[in-house]
Amino acid sequence: MRERLYGKLGDRIFIAALVTLGGAVMFIAALMAWELWSGGAKAFRTFGFWGFVFGREWNVITGQFGAWPFLVGTVITSAVALALAFLPSLAAAIAIAEYAPRWLGEVIAYLVDLLAALPSVVYGLWGIFVLVPLVRDRVEQPLFLWSAEHAPALMGLLGPPTGIGMLSAVLVLALMIVPYASSLARDAIRLVPREQREAMYALGATRWEVVRRVVLPYARGGIFAGVILALARALGETMAVTMLIGNGHQLPYSVFGPAATMASVIANEFTEAEGGLQLASLLAVGFLLFLLSLVVNFAADWILRRMSVGEGHE
Amino acid sequence: MNLRRRYLRDRLMVGLVYLGTSVVLLPLLLIIGYVFVKGVGALNWDFFTKPPAPPGEGGGGMLPAIVGTFIIDLMALAMGGLLGLGGGVLMAEYPEHPLNRPLRMVANVLGGIPAILMGLFAFVVVVLPMGGFSAFSGSVALAILMIPIIMRSTEEVLKLLPWELREAGLALGLPRWRVTLSLILPAAKGGIVTGLLLALARAAGEAAPLLFTAFGNQFLSFDPLGPMDSLPLKIYVYAISPYEDWIQQAWGAALLLALMLMLTNFIARRAMRRR
Amino acid sequence: METRDLTVYYGKKAGVRGVSLPIYDRKITALIGPSGCGKTTYLRALNRMHDLNPIVRIEGQVLLDGEGVYASGMDPVVIRRRVGMVFQRPTPFPTMSIFENVVAGLKLVGVRDRDRLMGVAERSLKAAALWDEVKDRLHEPAVGLSGGQQQRISIARALAVEPEVLLMDEPTSALDPISTQAIEDLLARLKEQVTIVIVTHNMQQAARVSDYTAFFLNGDMIEFGPTEKIFTNPADERTEAYITGRFG
Repeated sequence: MRERLYGKLGDRIFIAALVTLGGAVMFIAALMAWELWSGGAKAFRTFGFWGFVFGREWNVITGQFGAWPFLVGTVITSAVALALAFLPSLAAAIAIAEYAPRWLGEVIAYLVDLLAALPSVVYGLWGIFVLVPLVRDRVEQPLFLWSAEHAPALMGLLGPPTGIGMLSAVLVLALMIVPYASSLARDAIRLVPREQREAMYALGATRWEVVRRVVLPYARGGIFAGVILALARALGETMAVTMLIGNGHQLPYSVFGPAATMASVIANEFTEAEGGLQLASLLAVGFLLFLLSLVVNFAADWILRRMSVGEGHE
Repeated sequence: MNLRRRYLRDRLMVGLVYLGTSVVLLPLLLIIGYVFVKGVGALNWDFFTKPPAPPGEGGGGMLPAIVGTFIIDLMALAMGGLLGLGGGVLMAEYPEHPLNRPLRMVANVLGGIPAILMGLFAFVVVVLPMGGFSAFSGSVALAILMIPIIMRSTEEVLKLLPWELREAGLALGLPRWRVTLSLILPAAKGGIVTGLLLALARAAGEAAPLLFTAFGNQFLSFDPLGPMDSLPLKIYVYAISPYEDWIQQAWGAALLLALMLMLTNFIARRAMRRR
Repeated sequence: METRDLTVYYGKKAGVRGVSLPIYDRKITALIGPSGCGKTTYLRALNRMHDLNPIVRIEGQVLLDGEGVYASGMDPVVIRRRVGMVFQRPTPFPTMSIFENVVAGLKLVGVRDRDRLMGVAERSLKAAALWDEVKDRLHEPAVGLSGGQQQRISIARALAVEPEVLLMDEPTSALDPISTQAIEDLLARLKEQVTIVIVTHNMQQAARVSDYTAFFLNGDMIEFGPTEKIFTNPADERTEAYITGRFG
């Protein structure tokens, strides 16, 4: 009888404890959404929700705040970084999973995964002192001088060739998101059943044809998952971008010139925020970033579910 | 049959695939190289034992940041580990529980949120009520970062254990909670530790969540309720400063941080194999 | 087609040892034997599938129309078009429709003409006894079909490139009896167009379907001859033991 109590009671307590912990996690997530929203409420009230979202001006002195420059900055930097990173990530995944001999594949995989382990601030540090001078001297200034002579109309689009700005930030961001896209692609490629490849080879295909016509289509779910994961990381990436993008609030952005993202403006201005309205506005930007992440994650889930190639498809 | 063209394309693609790979690996090697070369000079005895000196003076070190990194990260691990383990065990061992589906969704969401938002959250819920920056608030932010990672890895590891193990325990007359606590968790010990370490490594490199929570401190402090420094924070502050000697120290800190992370990853992988 | 003294090494071990075997044109040759006897290893050597495996070494000769398949000038890609293969598990390409699956081999060589592709698809599907069942849903995903139908798609796909020889590696072992029957009926008609070599662990299937049979055991080919003779009056006692079910 006592044993039954020990058993039953113990079970009840244990589950209760686990549920409490699990519930705490859910509570934290809900609270986060709530706090970001209510912290930013002042800004939403002052400018209107859509007024804030589309507001193009961010001026501490006049007290006018709008999130649009940062939304644009986030979307542009993430999209361009993703576009730059996609092919090299896929190439690395194909190299590891299809082309390279076992030992080489493992070395490359290890190195690619290392990219994900490096802290953001280290990327930023390297970016400032190694990449920026390189980009400035080898790319921006020559291009700027060329356009000054031959196509002065372009100079506005290009912007000031200081090295610090959108271009450097995008380059480092692209590098940072490669491992995310690549490792999921790699796993997906590895999962393609041997028979699928063999069936294609048996029809008289070259290795590349097998990869292109059978392996990659079969793996497209995982490849896409990697792309989405990379995008999600790019959207929220803070430190390296902050250190390299130059904190420019003025739209329109130029290619070389300073810009800002939602994460970078929060990082740059939060500790020195004057007064409640700026603080609330920054929190509101945080809330928008939160929403954006949610949307991307859910959209990704939905698309993935329609894309997967599974066994037992009927 | 344009066989020749097909073979040409085959060769071309091999080249392109490896070219793309080099585009990825080359900058990596550059980063590692620079961090090592530029950082090694800064790692002297002072670096590890002295607090920072005013810019221009030279000397000085990173002691507060090094100590702070440990304190903040370990506190975060305690909090995040507890919640993460609880959630992971719940999902793996009691899959029929109704809380599981929403919990899994929440974990996915949390895992996808940018780290800086966790800092914002901790600011609002901890810093503001407390009236000041604190290491504790920083740990809270990092803990939230760790939770989804630990939950996922714990669940995976537990699910890898054969179901028969649990049945064997139940057949011995042990109640379910005993089976989990005394049989299952110890069996998965290696994998769980690995998950914890990997989460720790991930959090240890973050600066964004600490920017307005732990905030940084140039003095050595052990007080969790006051502002504290951390290596990633210091790297950020020093890197954007105009002082040459601070920048030099930033490289040193970057090297130290990178080495610490590599060590943690290495131990984590060992723990995995010991399973 | 024929092999002379063919030996296939996996690393140091020989999966198949010194097998010399004629494969008669437009006839069905069955390879039988217990699991692990080397019949699949032998089959895969015929279309150079072992090229994909770096630890495999081939000695001896495989001749197609008198030319060595492994001769130095010979291109495996070309060989595989002339010697097609159907595998044990039906492997339709899941991201392609039925139509795309069947013409996949043709698209490889750059055939784009829609009419021509359609014509080939129809011919191949008819040869695989599948046309009537799928002609109205050619553009639906191939994975939506039953196992037996999927295997016939694989056969149609292999036939579409008009090979001289068709290798079949236990093509019905993953199928239900009705589908198995359908494919066996199909084979009798197919041999008018292609030479067939079929590996099967089902002796009755070999007896029903093939013209010639080779019995393999532990990497050696023990006996070869017309199917009727092998099954009614085998020369070697090991063959007899296998056929009467004493082992394997």
